[in-house]
Amino acid sequence: MQEEKFQQKIEAEQKIEPKDWMPDGYRSHLIRQISQHAHSEIIGMQPEGEWITRAPSLRAKMILLAKVQDEAGHGLYLYSACETLGISREELNKQLHEGKAKYSSIFNYPTLNWADMGAIGWLVDGAAIVNQVSLQKTSYGPYSRGMIKICKEESFHQRQGYEIMTEMANGTKEQKEMAQDALNRFWWPAIMMFGPHDSDSPRTGNAMKWKIKRKTNDELRQNFIDKTVGQADLIGLKIPDPDLKWNEKRGSYDFGEIDWDEFWNVVNGNGPCNEQRLNHHKKAHADGEWVREAAKAYAKKIT
Amino acid sequence: MLDLEKYILRIADSALIISHRLSEWCSKGPTLEEDIALSNISLDLLGQANSLLEYCASINGKISADDLAFRRNGKEFYNFQICELENGHFGDTIIRQFLFDSYTLLFFQKLSQSKDETLSAIATKSIKEIKYHLRHSSNWVIRLGDGTSLSKEKIQNSLNNFWKFTGEFFEMDELDKKMAECKIGVDLYKLKNEWDNIINATFEKAKIQRPDDCVMITGSKKGVHTEHLEKILSKMQYLPRAYPDAKW
Amino acid sequence: MNKAATIWEVFIQSKNGLAHKHVGNVHAEDKEMALQNARDLYTRRNEGSCIWVVKSEHIVSSVPEDSESFFDPANDKVYRHPTFYKMPDGAKHI
Repeated sequence: MQEEKFQQKIEAEQKIEPKDWMPDGYRSHLIRQISQHAHSEIIGMQPEGEWITRAPSLRAKMILLAKVQDEAGHGLYLYSACETLGISREELNKQLHEGKAKYSSIFNYPTLNWADMGAIGWLVDGAAIVNQVSLQKTSYGPYSRGMIKICKEESFHQRQGYEIMTEMANGTKEQKEMAQDALNRFWWPAIMMFGPHDSDSPRTGNAMKWKIKRKTNDELRQNFIDKTVGQADLIGLKIPDPDLKWNEKRGSYDFGEIDWDEFWNVVNGNGPCNEQRLNHHKKAHADGEWVREAAKAYAKKIT
Repeated sequence: MLDLEKYILRIADSALIISHRLSEWCSKGPTLEEDIALSNISLDLLGQANSLLEYCASINGKISADDLAFRRNGKEFYNFQICELENGHFGDTIIRQFLFDSYTLLFFQKLSQSKDETLSAIATKSIKEIKYHLRHSSNWVIRLGDGTSLSKEKIQNSLNNFWKFTGEFFEMDELDKKMAECKIGVDLYKLKNEWDNIINATFEKAKIQRPDDCVMITGSKKGVHTEHLEKILSKMQYLPRAYPDAKW
Repeated sequence: MNKAATIWEVFIQSKNGLAHKHVGNVHAEDKEMALQNARDLYTRRNEGSCIWVVKSEHIVSSVPEDSESFFDPANDKVYRHPTFYKMPDGAKHI
């Protein structure tokens, strides 16, 4: 009976709020999806944070600092939305540290030159935008509102990245090489961000039924590719996919097969930076323990 | 280099270098909220540095703000040495920030009355930001000082270690005196008492001891620095120096 | 596992004259830090002129099961809405 009422609400495009009845599966799916998203924002601060100290102009430094600040903020909005489902941030942290929670695999790749900042902003944030715009209509209220807020802030991130790529693609020979190199390394991981093919994604069924997801992995991936190819062409960079071709009949780009071995390898913890990213996060958490304890102790004294 | 340019660089460089140090905390904060707080302060300070460097560049007429930030050598930087010290643990960073914020608030309050309109305007805008920074850093000094016995020990040590770098705040050389006389710059001697009042009040709330007077480190006004500045610059300036013809 | 931090719900008044709106939560141990954290997280783009923070545990909420008795009766009582009343043509300022 409750399940029926719940599903009716979903069909009627009504939002589910924290105190509403929801199936256990809905709750656990959301916790997993939202926390994964939150962890991605936070882990994503690491490769970008690395380059703030090496940003090559005052303007670039300011913009990157503002961007990474936003990532932290987005992580916080998402943890906050996740907590409404009855799980604590501390528990979510624990899941991350124990390898039980995942985050976007793209951040398990290293950032090797300044152009990577461009590639990440342009492609990774670009992919995130495609995903997030769709999620603005997700059925869970706090998640939807979080997404709307994030979307407002995200488009500056993509523009920042594309601007860097444009500048470098039109710059010196070395700059152009760096830009192409970054594109070569980040293109496939970026389109892998959308996850496995729909046919290989067992959770997609429920996610669509409960309107947690509004579009499937493949739909979003196609959307992103169609948007991005022209942007690469415009600045004279070549997307590293020999099978990339405009398909007039579909009105979309055909593209090459993704290396799913690499995808699963990285998702399962064997990417180039998985261990480093997690250790960094654990260290920061451990190093800060005395500070958090001090704040708690002080708060006790004044109440 | 004109006197005014050099005077501006002293202020700009401190903001630039301490902002750089704060940005190193990115993704390493004790809480996510603190990560945002520290990068927020870093961004404010970088903005101040940028405004000042732009002003200096416009007076010079032949170089850009980026040239000033990325192409000067270590001995041409005039930031306070305290700004370039390593971040250490959170307590070290907070004490450094607190000592710097409490000083710069007073400094900019006086600078906002400068006869130089641009400096006055930059100072006025910066005061709002620094008031917020000082609120943040003094709140943490208090919480760490009056938190656990471990936090008290740590922050007391931080203060003891950094104390000898605070003498530079109140040194006046010929340039300072000249600038103060023509009402462009600030009489730094006049800031000392009020600074003492501010920091002593916070130390009391934090239940930590003000360190005894000691021999103070000096030299930044002549471009003399600790070994840390060179390490900062070799990272910060790497790309523009490695690719001198590139535009970013 | 560390003891959980205190959670505070954040309400922002974006402009003078408007009501405060709930925007999410922050973690902090005392009210001063809660206010600061809320300011850093939720007003980076000048979205606020006033911030309220309230410990989550102090919020009292109606429950969905009560919504019928709490809210539905208002649905029939149309005379609370101005559109219920018929005005003669030509009536102004009313």
